Amino acid sequence: MNIYRQNILEHYKNPDNLGNLTNFNLKCQAHNPSCGDELEIKLKIENKKIKDAKFTAKGCAISIASADILLDNIKNKNLDEVKKIDEKKLLSLLGTKLTPSRLNCALLSLQALKQIK
Amino acid sequence: MINAEKIKKDFPIFKRKINNKELIYLDSAATTQRPEIVINKLKEFYEKHNSNIHRGMYSLSEEATSLYEKTRERVAEFINAGKEEIIFTKNCTESINYAVFGYFSKILKKDDILLLTEMEHNSNVVPWKLLSKRIGFKIGYLTIDDSKIDLRELDEILKKRRVKVLAITHASNVLGAINPIREISRICRKYNTKLFVDGAQAVPHFKIDVNDLGCDFYAFSGHKMLGPLGVGVLYVKKELLKSLTPFISGGGTVLEVTKENLKFKEDHERFEGGTPSVADVVAFSSAIDYLNKLGMNNIKKHEEELTRYALDKLNKINDIEIYNNHLKDRVGVIAFNLKNIHAHDVASILDEEGICVRASHHCSMILHKKLGINASVRASFYVYNTKKDIDKLIKGLLKVQKVFGK
Repeated sequence: MNIYRQNILEHYKNPDNLGNLTNFNLKCQAHNPSCGDELEIKLKIENKKIKDAKFTAKGCAISIASADILLDNIKNKNLDEVKKIDEKKLLSLLGTKLTPSRLNCALLSLQALKQIK
Repeated sequence: MINAEKIKKDFPIFKRKINNKELIYLDSAATTQRPEIVINKLKEFYEKHNSNIHRGMYSLSEEATSLYEKTRERVAEFINAGKEEIIFTKNCTESINYAVFGYFSKILKKDDILLLTEMEHNSNVVPWKLLSKRIGFKIGYLTIDDSKIDLRELDEILKKRRVKVLAITHASNVLGAINPIREISRICRKYNTKLFVDGAQAVPHFKIDVNDLGCDFYAFSGHKMLGPLGVGVLYVKKELLKSLTPFISGGGTVLEVTKENLKFKEDHERFEGGTPSVADVVAFSSAIDYLNKLGMNNIKKHEEELTRYALDKLNKINDIEIYNNHLKDRVGVIAFNLKNIHAHDVASILDEEGICVRASHHCSMILHKKLGINASVRASFYVYNTKKDIDKLIKGLLKVQKVFGK
């Protein structure tokens, strides 16, 4: 079983959405104390629509690729729509089969995004 | 000498495949595998001797009791203690909790100081912190420099401050470093400081003599030394037994209970309330037999040889950080990181090759913070590991670097 499929490695090595967003108006974080991984997402929202999103992270390839893929999928979407993204949806976007011990890594970005009320 | 190839054949688990690859088990510091004689002993107990121990006035129960108590004698011999000084628990963590809440909760007062070290496993930190919250005593930490504690620093601290207790690991589960407990014990005695030792990573790997060490308490787990899961040991120095409260009390611990009175038994039975994990304890004696047959000095030499070989090979890998490069005074545990590759990713790719390593802070969060890292990869060796296993680890690590090559 190979969880590091090409798309995961691409997103990990060249994450489009990694970096700082200066004109953000909302941010959210998640932390996995069991492995020390940290992730912060910054969003620029206009009229309930996500105009831009960036993340910074300290984590493994799975958590970084997952955050990058998630952010690709929330840009230019309504907040209500974004709030509907669940674990199943994110895992299908990742398109790789994860072992149970790696699920938390993959879901860290979603966990951060769920902080938005 | 140890013939690890031959020893491997005594462990049925090595017949199975992981992801269609041969199983390379490098996580014995978490738990070891078990030889067939231990597994057979478990089966034999359930098939031939199964019954509850103590107070059964029939042969079957007397047999089970005798097997259970014989293991206590074997364990006592193994670490040169008296059999009355051995208390069976569920694991090393429970042993630590037993000492903390059954003994130290009575002697530590609000203005006292407890000393730990920066290399403790969470199990030798959390119970003390919990007790400190209740009582209010202060906790200090002996610093680690280059994987070592400084005996002069210890002497200085004990000279200046009234430290009532030092709780320290015998061997680090991350660095593999062995602490000089004999010398530490001598310093503690000089200042009348009680010494508690977490021996989880020591007892499986070299000969322990608690009398020679001179400590007051010594805790370890059976499952890290070929025994079944579910057996821990707490050694308590004879003089202190009288002051130890039966922390796990209940059935089997008392002589008499009335509405008005409570009278505990005089012997060690007062410390082991409830039905213990009898079959596991009985089978643990087969693990001790197996280790004795191999010889603890041979085991130590074998691990040293593997560690030397592994460090030599690991150091040849580019972009690797190894957290203790010393060969002297260490058990077969190596923690490292490949630069710019998270420990989780290393472990996942090694898993694809059938190689089991641990990737986390290994329950040593204070140490990882000190090292300035969130996680590390840990490979740990035991009697069944071979140089070939290490070659596979090295090959696996090179594959990891290839996958993540930017």
